[in-house]
Amino acid sequence: MTHGADGRVVVVGAGIAGQQVAFGLREQGYAGAVALVGDEPGAPYERPPLTKAYLRGDIGPDELEPRPAELYRRERIDLVRARAERIDRAGRTVVLDDGRRLPYDRLVLATGARNRPLRAPGGDLEGVFSLRTRREADALREALAGAGSIVVAGAGFIGLEFAAAVSAHGHKATIVESRARPLGRAVSAHTAAHFTSLHERHGTGFVFGEEVAALHGDRAGRVREVELTDGTVLPADLVLAAVGAAPDTRLAEGAGLPVDDGVAVDARLRTRDPRVLAVGDCASMAPASGTGPRLRLESVQNALDQASYAAERLARPDEGEDAPPYGRLPWFWSDQYDSSLQIAGLAAGHDRAVLVGDGDEAFSVLLYRRGALAAVESVNRPADHMAARRLLAEGRAPTPEQAAAPDFSLRAFARAGG
Amino acid sequence: MPKITYVAADDGERTVDVPVGTSVMRGAVSNGVPGIVAQCGGNAQCATCHVYVDPDRYGALPPMSDHEDAMLDTTACPRRETSRLSCQLKADADFEGLTVTTPERQR
Repeated sequence: MTHGADGRVVVVGAGIAGQQVAFGLREQGYAGAVALVGDEPGAPYERPPLTKAYLRGDIGPDELEPRPAELYRRERIDLVRARAERIDRAGRTVVLDDGRRLPYDRLVLATGARNRPLRAPGGDLEGVFSLRTRREADALREALAGAGSIVVAGAGFIGLEFAAAVSAHGHKATIVESRARPLGRAVSAHTAAHFTSLHERHGTGFVFGEEVAALHGDRAGRVREVELTDGTVLPADLVLAAVGAAPDTRLAEGAGLPVDDGVAVDARLRTRDPRVLAVGDCASMAPASGTGPRLRLESVQNALDQASYAAERLARPDEGEDAPPYGRLPWFWSDQYDSSLQIAGLAAGHDRAVLVGDGDEAFSVLLYRRGALAAVESVNRPADHMAARRLLAEGRAPTPEQAAAPDFSLRAFARAGG
Repeated sequence: MPKITYVAADDGERTVDVPVGTSVMRGAVSNGVPGIVAQCGGNAQCATCHVYVDPDRYGALPPMSDHEDAMLDTTACPRRETSRLSCQLKADADFEGLTVTTPERQR
């Protein structure tokens, strides 16, 4: 089946969300023109290995690129290497920084997020890095070869994965975190404690409850010290700023589209202009029920599932309000040393945690919010994670009392049909 | 380069050359073979690259880790005797002529 032969979709942002929209359209049989606009040099790539296998040097640049140039040609996906300057919604055109104008009948914003800079004096010294792009990972890899003292600002997933990756080459980083524990509100206290002790066992140091107050450099402008809010001074010749990210909403704002912690979209990922959709890290989605908070996630799963959803909708333009709202269960993963963390659902706002398993090296934590199962964190318990994904997607769950029973098995519960 | 055949649930099939050292999952994605999603990019974390391996060849494949075994526990389409995660199958010369069938859905 082919449809939309005279259509033209422009996707801005060539990260994994943008790539998935473009190739997803072809999988859905979309026959119109597809342009994928990206402002980074080289072929589109995948970011997750940048803090893991790529940083460790276990894989090379080719392995970051899921699809060769030949596949773009074969699938007629026009890879446009330029920066999108603005959207002309009245003229249905994207204006590029090289002066080109790309007409569209549907536009997908997959502009992602931008790392927050370290807002401290000296944050721009040489030796202070950020990690989002391949170019930044390459620069870090090079700098790590000669690095002595490493300080990481922020104990989120990026900071922790970075510390684990550089530890493989004998570097022991010190992580400075303003909260009292790592991973913020993304995980339970139990799981946070597991990762703190895991990192400490591998030689990573933590300073909790403090922030970077200033960075001091030498005469050549290279960072030498990190000063914390309590006055402590840490030696540092390599600093990673891993203090979170903000959605890239520049194009949407410039085009007069509503922005609310991300490009505001409805539960079918449409902005206020029905010709313009947004997916992935940049998209702030309204709940399908119409009431409740918006949800914006920075995760691979969310990027890919929203992108696939958008491609389906664009390939079936006639379904309109009959289309089911986006409704994929969020899940995450992170590998650090020999601990594999998998999270199904959203942990934020949980008010009760039930631990299943040995509690030390392999365990799951069931997180409840007002009596309902909200998320399950699994460390080295992949069968629990898979069972949890199924239960949460189906809206089934053990009660906290059931889960607390000594012989409780999430896997058995999932199989028993609840 | 080993030739690997991917059979879709609707019986469409594609045969592609997969370089030695490349996973059966990457072989599909880089050639635009549908039916394999591979959300986690090859880390055995998502179970969206599930395949059914030709029964005659299953026993000769590299062994399965406990982690992979557990991830196959609750896949979107039912696990069978010959289920594997294709990201964990790195092609070597013995993969020549291997056929894998992709399930109807991965998510």
